[in-house]
Amino acid sequence: MNKDTAAYLKGKKKQILETWMGNQVKDAALRDDLMSVAELQQQSEEFLSALLNAFNTPEAEDTESAGYEPIHDILSDISITRARQGFSPRETSTYILSLKQVLSQELEEQLRGNPALLYQELLSMNRIMDSLGMVTMETYIKGREEVILRQTSEISEISTPVIRVWEGILALPIIGTLDSARTQVVMEALLQEIVATSSRIAILDISGVPTVDSLVAQHLIKTVSAARLMGAECIISGIRAEIAQTIVHLGIDLTNIYTKATLASALKMAFSMLNIQVSRAPKQNLGF
Amino acid sequence: MGPFLLVTIQVDLYDRLALTLESDLINMVSKTEAKGVLIDISAVSIVDSFMGRILGNIASMSKIMDAATVVVGMQPAVAITLVELGLTLSGVHTALDVEQGMELLRNKIGHPDTHEEGLYDSII
Amino acid sequence: MIVLSKEKFPIEKEQDVILFRNRIKELATRTGMSLVNQTKLMTAASELVRNMLRYAGGGVTLLEIVSRSSIPGVRLTFIDEGPGIKDVHQAMKDGFSTGKSLGLGLPGAKRLVNEFDIKSEPGKGTTVTIIRWKNGL
Repeated sequence: MNKDTAAYLKGKKKQILETWMGNQVKDAALRDDLMSVAELQQQSEEFLSALLNAFNTPEAEDTESAGYEPIHDILSDISITRARQGFSPRETSTYILSLKQVLSQELEEQLRGNPALLYQELLSMNRIMDSLGMVTMETYIKGREEVILRQTSEISEISTPVIRVWEGILALPIIGTLDSARTQVVMEALLQEIVATSSRIAILDISGVPTVDSLVAQHLIKTVSAARLMGAECIISGIRAEIAQTIVHLGIDLTNIYTKATLASALKMAFSMLNIQVSRAPKQNLGF
Repeated sequence: MGPFLLVTIQVDLYDRLALTLESDLINMVSKTEAKGVLIDISAVSIVDSFMGRILGNIASMSKIMDAATVVVGMQPAVAITLVELGLTLSGVHTALDVEQGMELLRNKIGHPDTHEEGLYDSII
Repeated sequence: MIVLSKEKFPIEKEQDVILFRNRIKELATRTGMSLVNQTKLMTAASELVRNMLRYAGGGVTLLEIVSRSSIPGVRLTFIDEGPGIKDVHQAMKDGFSTGKSLGLGLPGAKRLVNEFDIKSEPGKGTTVTIIRWKNGL
C-alpha cells in the first residue's frame, strides 16, 4: 500500500471509526444483548489503530508479517469470544466486512482524481481485508469446536459415575451410546475405582444404552477382560429383550461373560459370589 | 501341605531377567513343595507379550507341579494394554492385591487354615 | 506434521530396552499423554525393540515429538540392518511367528498405536515407524 494513502487513512482514523461503528450498530446482525456498544467501541478502536499502523509498514500486503501479529491476536480474540458467546458466523464476519466497506469509501473519496492509483489501492486493501476475514472465520470455527469438545468431555464425565453399592461391589450405569472414545473413559474410570476400593465385582448396567452392535459388544468384552486381568469380575446387567435379540442375531459371543436382565438380579449374583447373605429381619415394632 | 511363595517384582524386567525369574521360581516351587505362588506385579509399569508369556509359563509349570499361581496387583493401564495386545493370560489366576490373592489360594487348595508363607525376595 | 524434537537411541543389548522405555515415557509425559496411552506406546515399543534384538542383533531407534494440527504425539522409528522379513503381510497376522514367541509382536504393536508403517527388504533390513497421538484412541 502507498505510504501517502496509509498516512491519509491514519489521519482519518476518527472518522473511519465513527462510520464503522455506525455501520456495525446499524446492522441488524449486531445483538446488543450479547455485547454492549461501549465494549464494541473500545474493541474496534484498538483493532483499527493496529490495522492502520500495519498499513504503514513496508510489508503491508503480507498479512503473515510481524506488523500483523497484534491484529491477528485481536481478531482471534474477538472471534473466539464471539463464538463462545453464541454469535452467528454472519454476525462475526460483519465485523471485518463492514470495516472494509468504510475503507473503500474513504479511498474512493481521497483518490477520485487518480483512478489508476485508486484501483491499485482498492485491490491491495481488498486483499488484506479478505485475508483477515478468513482469519476471523477460521478462529470462529476453532472457537466453536472448542465449545463442542468441552461439552463432549463434560458429557462423558457426567455420564460415567462409578458407584460403590456394597463393600466389594461397584456399579456403573452406562447411559447413552458407547463409542470407542467413551469406552476408554468408562473403562479407565471403572478400573481405577476397582483398585481404589479393592472391589472384586463390578456391575455394568447397560439399561441406558440405546443399541448394542458388535462394536459396543466388543468394547464391553474388552472392559470385562481387563477387569479380569486385574482380578475383578464383571456382571453385565440391564439387557433388554431387543438387545438380547440383536446380540444373538449378530452372532456376538457373550458366553464367557456373566449377564443378567436387571441390576437387582446382578446384585443378587454379586452377593452370592462374595458369600454375602441378605435376609429380612424379624418384624419389629418401630413405632410407626 | 506346602507353603505359599510370594514374589514381588519391584522393577521392570528385561527379557533375560524375566527368564531367570521363571527358572528360579520354578526351582523354588520344587524345593519348597509350595502349593501356591503369588506374583505381585503392582510395581510393574508394562507387561508385553514376552512378560505375558513368562507369567503364563510360570502358571503352567507350577500347575504340573501341583501349585496354583495367582498374579496380583496388575495396574489398570497394564490390563487395558494387555487386552488390546491380545493377551488374556488364560490359565493364570488374578487377584486385586496380595491379601485377596492369598484368600483365593486358600480356597483353591481347600485348607483355609494354612497360612505358612515362604518368602522369595526377588533380588532384582 | 511438524517435528518438535528428535533424538537417536542405539539398541545394542537387552539392558538398553529398559533405558529406552524410560526415555519414551519422558517424551510421552512431555506431550501430556495419559498413562494408559503411554503404557500402550511403551508396550508397542518394547515388542518392536525385541524383534530388532532377536532378529537383527540390534539397531538404531529415533525418538521424536511431533505435532499435527496442533495435536502432539510421539513418533518412534526402529531401523535395523537384519535379515528383513520375507512376507510382511503374513508377519502382520496374529499368531504368526518364525521364532518361538506367541506371534503377537507385530500385530499387537500395531493395535497399540495410532499409526504403523513397516518397510522391509530381505537381506537389507527392516524399518518400522509408529505414532501415538496424545488424544488418539
